[in-house]
Amino acid sequence: MKEKYVLEYSEDVVDEPIVYSLVKHFDVMVNILRAEISPGHEGSMLIEIESTPERLAQAEAFLREREVRIIPIAQSLGFKEAGCVDCGACTAVCFSGCLTIAAPDWKLHVDREKCTACGLCVPACPLGLFALKFGN
Amino acid sequence: MRECGREVPPRSACMVKKTYEEINEKIAKGEAVVVTAEEVARMGEELTPEDIARKVDVVTTATFGAMCSSGCFINFGHPDPGIRMESITLNEVPIFGGLAAVDAYIGVTEVSPANPRYGGAHLIEALVRGETLTLEAHGKGTDCYPRRTAHAEVSKETANEIIMVNPRNAYQNYPAATNSSGRIMYTYMGTLLPKLGNVTYSTSGELSPLLNDPELRTIGVGTRVFLAGAQGFVNWNGTQFNTQKPKNEFGLPLSNARTLMLSANLKEMDPAYLRAAYFERYGVSIFLGVGIPIPVLDEDVARSVSISNRQIETTVCDYSQEGHPGIAKVSYEELRSGAVALNGRKVRTAPLSSLAKAREIAALLKHQVASGSFAIAKPVQPLPAQASVHGLKLTGGLI
Repeated sequence: MKEKYVLEYSEDVVDEPIVYSLVKHFDVMVNILRAEISPGHEGSMLIEIESTPERLAQAEAFLREREVRIIPIAQSLGFKEAGCVDCGACTAVCFSGCLTIAAPDWKLHVDREKCTACGLCVPACPLGLFALKFGN
Repeated sequence: MRECGREVPPRSACMVKKTYEEINEKIAKGEAVVVTAEEVARMGEELTPEDIARKVDVVTTATFGAMCSSGCFINFGHPDPGIRMESITLNEVPIFGGLAAVDAYIGVTEVSPANPRYGGAHLIEALVRGETLTLEAHGKGTDCYPRRTAHAEVSKETANEIIMVNPRNAYQNYPAATNSSGRIMYTYMGTLLPKLGNVTYSTSGELSPLLNDPELRTIGVGTRVFLAGAQGFVNWNGTQFNTQKPKNEFGLPLSNARTLMLSANLKEMDPAYLRAAYFERYGVSIFLGVGIPIPVLDEDVARSVSISNRQIETTVCDYSQEGHPGIAKVSYEELRSGAVALNGRKVRTAPLSSLAKAREIAALLKHQVASGSFAIAKPVQPLPAQASVHGLKLTGGLI
């Protein structure tokens, strides 16, 4: 199975080779999609992680033990859906396929699992309906 | 239904002719056939203009897009003693007070100096929603208006009139936008990604009001329109009205041509059909829903309303180059497909105006016209047959 998470590191663990440990000790496949990490500061990383459910559970337990916050990607993108007028401006910048608008209904469709936390939709929405939890 | 004379008609002579009075009589009897511009575009794939002119009486068109050149006149009422309001703000947004004592104009793009993401459009949306705004006004004090400052809470209940008067709405075929530079651009056409990373477009294509009546045969001064839920009127041509733009083989302009000046009573508007907007690093604007019913007077009108996205083309302009030159011509069918070819590459497209909302308005207007609650108004004067736009010649030095 495959999961996509935003990992939030506290400044205490930001120097540690967390991804190395995940791969080495739990035999999971890790694909880093986006990262903002600086030594001595809080960091954020978007990863896709693939393995058996057992190993994924062990990897998650390890991350929690290291006090790395795990945010499923679907929760990192905030969208005030009720205010949307289906203009489509956000789809101009969303390359991951998370935000799409097309025939037949021309309503905005949001597939949060496809979000890559790029953040471009936040300023692109003329109604300010998006918020992203990633770094600052 | 009356018909033109049968004697060997020239090519454009009409076999079917209906007057505004006849169409309104059919509406009154509940016998009028009203369809949306999308529905008639599909009919046009099977039927001739003559068939359509016989079958259909009214076609409803609509758009829901950002229209910066919009605003409202507001009359606050006189306090006692009176004030000649000169410097006026509502929720800290400056509004234009260069009018008589308690008249003002709220321009949608004016912003609060303290919060440039909040402006006139937000005031207008709040007024439509029935919310209360804080008025601060100052005047120098005159013999007839001695008061110098005024503070009040105002709403659509307290104001005498709030009349939306928009100098330029419903552009006939706005060009699409792209960006060939190496940096991201934040524009009123949305976020344009570098190196031709995307194309944005704002016209609703085959549903768009002025594309369904390209020469404005049925739309003129006095045409009744749907404006943000209220019944309003075309009061003049819009600013930058241009009849000189190149046309394609279907007689449709290839870029922004004609425009409308529209007005309606804000107190009758519905918040579902207008929305304040902020375009990053550009500023405040407003999404407005505009709908116009087109009476099918004859085959020529039938032919115009039957056009489809395949036949409507627009220019793709490069916003990173001076003067935004056109770099390609594309159809709305291509734009709606999700990608267009630019320089031999597939470039993704995105709309900026809501087709879902435009359809909702066209369907609502169809119901209102068919049920007799939205009468078709015959224009009292046509809009200009010839008009062009020129730029601004600057005086003084460079820059």
